[in-house]
Amino acid sequence: MSAQRLLIRGGRLLCPFTGLDGPGEILVVGERVQAIGENLPDEGARVLGAEGLLVSPGFTDLHVHLREPGREDEETIASGAEAALRGGFTTVCCMPNTDPAIDCVPVAEAVLRQAAVAGKAEVRVVGALTKGRRGQELAEMGLMWRKLGISAFSDDGCGVADALLMRRAMEYVRIFDGLIISHCEEPSLARGGQMHEGYHSTRLGLRGIPAAAEEVMVARDLILAELTGVRLHIAHISTAHSVEMVRIAKQRGVRVTAEVTPHHLIFSDEDLAEYGTDLKVNPPLRSAADREALREGLADRTIDAIATDHAPHSREEKEVEFDGASFGAIGMESAWPALYTHLVDTGILALQDVLAALTCGPARVLGLEPDALGLREGARADILLLDCDDDYELAAAGFASLSRNCPFDGQRMRSRVAATVQSGAIKYQSDKPRAAVRQKTGSKRGARSAAV
Amino acid sequence: MRGPLSLIDIDQLSSEDIQWILETAESFEEVSTRAIKKVPTLRGKTVVNLFYEASTRTRLSFEVAAKRLSADVLNFAAQQSSVSKGESLKDTALTLEAMGVDAIIVRHSSAGAPHLLSLWVEPRIINAGDGMHAHPTQALLDLYSLRKARGDVAGCRVALVGDIAHSRVARSDLQAFSKMGAEVTLVGPPTLMPAGVERFGAKVSHDLDEVIPDCDVLYMLRVQLERQAEGLFPDLREYSELYGLNSDRMRRAPRDVVVMHPGPMNRGVEISAEVADDPRNIVTDQVVNGVAVRMAVLYMMLGGD
Repeated sequence: MSAQRLLIRGGRLLCPFTGLDGPGEILVVGERVQAIGENLPDEGARVLGAEGLLVSPGFTDLHVHLREPGREDEETIASGAEAALRGGFTTVCCMPNTDPAIDCVPVAEAVLRQAAVAGKAEVRVVGALTKGRRGQELAEMGLMWRKLGISAFSDDGCGVADALLMRRAMEYVRIFDGLIISHCEEPSLARGGQMHEGYHSTRLGLRGIPAAAEEVMVARDLILAELTGVRLHIAHISTAHSVEMVRIAKQRGVRVTAEVTPHHLIFSDEDLAEYGTDLKVNPPLRSAADREALREGLADRTIDAIATDHAPHSREEKEVEFDGASFGAIGMESAWPALYTHLVDTGILALQDVLAALTCGPARVLGLEPDALGLREGARADILLLDCDDDYELAAAGFASLSRNCPFDGQRMRSRVAATVQSGAIKYQSDKPRAAVRQKTGSKRGARSAAV
Repeated sequence: MRGPLSLIDIDQLSSEDIQWILETAESFEEVSTRAIKKVPTLRGKTVVNLFYEASTRTRLSFEVAAKRLSADVLNFAAQQSSVSKGESLKDTALTLEAMGVDAIIVRHSSAGAPHLLSLWVEPRIINAGDGMHAHPTQALLDLYSLRKARGDVAGCRVALVGDIAHSRVARSDLQAFSKMGAEVTLVGPPTLMPAGVERFGAKVSHDLDEVIPDCDVLYMLRVQLERQAEGLFPDLREYSELYGLNSDRMRRAPRDVVVMHPGPMNRGVEISAEVADDPRNIVTDQVVNGVAVRMAVLYMMLGGD
């Protein structure tokens, strides 16, 4: 049986890995890119037309919660991996705060098996740093690495309160030059908090989580990373001061990377005026000044990656008093439309910077060999077609995710993922009807002629 | 006047709205002095007191107010709110809506609960206190009481003293007094000041003695014992020494100073027994006036259809 051939034709190729930017065609044979160029042969190939579309490498989401095992009513590995494909994420890293936690080989193996059976986005497992994520004893990180190749560890969901334990974890993973992903939240400062502490928390009468709750742990972990030489990744960075500390640490040569979520880049604490629980997230939406610093940090590469922190929650957990609602928002299927509409289309961030933070940035965080990635011959064919001339209402009701807690639901969006190719196979195509495209063009013409 | 669909906080009222409520309350005050303390204004209307937090005076005050307007009153004393057990807030509200109530008077320990109710169900929502957020009818009755005591609120120098950070009364009073032209100073230790306090347009002081000689109103807030357990001040003895109102401090205040308190008072903590019983303390008037003001609010929300 000969390998399947796929020809992507007519789009603008934009690749942050290679710096490629211009028209071109991509020939995919089997799982890999065979050739990039002009007038490539289409004999025996399925042709994917990309006229008017942007062609980008697949996105990687460093931070998702897939809820399996334990809360399969909210998300499963299969539904989450499908949501990933629809959002353009060909690879996702799932966090270990499941029930039971992914803190040992058997649980991690089960997750990887489910992901393989689903056959959708690639799922990489982030193992727990401590047994049961209880923050008391190290998990069997060495075994998870040796048997399954898992090299990133985190107790995400809460911070590691014990500084000595964190130091030991950082030292220990040097065995295999592992990555520690830190959820920076000093529990004693954050306790009972519902939103960012400041003018707006006072106005709304909600208990605040001060920026300092994150910053003291960012500071601690940067110092410990310098001490131990570990690769440290700061998850969902949210404050101006945290960004500044990471910037300085990078200048000092600390091996640190950081990620920011779309919601922290787009919303601020002011947006909680209606007590909307879909905007109740952890870390909380910060001040407008913090948001500005996050955008600057992304533009100057202090922040390496955009990660969604996709956190599915049932309606029962969200349709309640603000105090009682769970923290978290889903994000994989809204990330690209929201980032493009709010940040690129408005001119706040450059398209190249946002794409880099979704592709080569995460690869750098994971320590992947960049020469084997992106739109180039021999690379795994993880390729997206992005339509950046659209205008539609985002509807969470139609998401593949099993949960609906999306703060972007109902917003008008200017871009969508038109198709996702993962490992050489077309795994998702937007069902945007062609007729609608024509209709839209038609009405534009109509408007023009009316003006004449 | 057609009222708003819900009364969630003072912010949503204009000074004209407030003026109207105060004047209407004045006309209702007379009803409570009649032999038959009842007018037929809200006959056929049903209001429910939905209280998720223990309360005696606010609940009774609303009940008396509604009954004097001839509304039917239901009392729904829900247990402490818990999302994990029992009926959800939304389901309770839908049940009340299905029973055809016209207004839900809600007290809840979660800030924002009345606002969420107003999004979920049709009946008018009146906030009777939500978490640390707002207590608009308390602020209205405070305005009414101060106006009766001083003639005018505008130009009054008001010191709000105590636990500003955790007090819904402080938030609503600050908005209401400022809106009506009073000059508010917030007094308390830094640990009991809310974040972003500088953006509220009030002065802030940590020294009660410095404020006392130049104020017309001393509004003493209730101090909750649990604040000490949270480490927000060392102990009640020190608190009352630094921020309690006692006879000695009263002597240094202007002679016609007005003392206010939302009740119930902690005698010996934020207010000494002598000051509690001082004729310049209008706490009892505040309770009496609460009924007339809540009648005005109910009339604003439900009357005139």
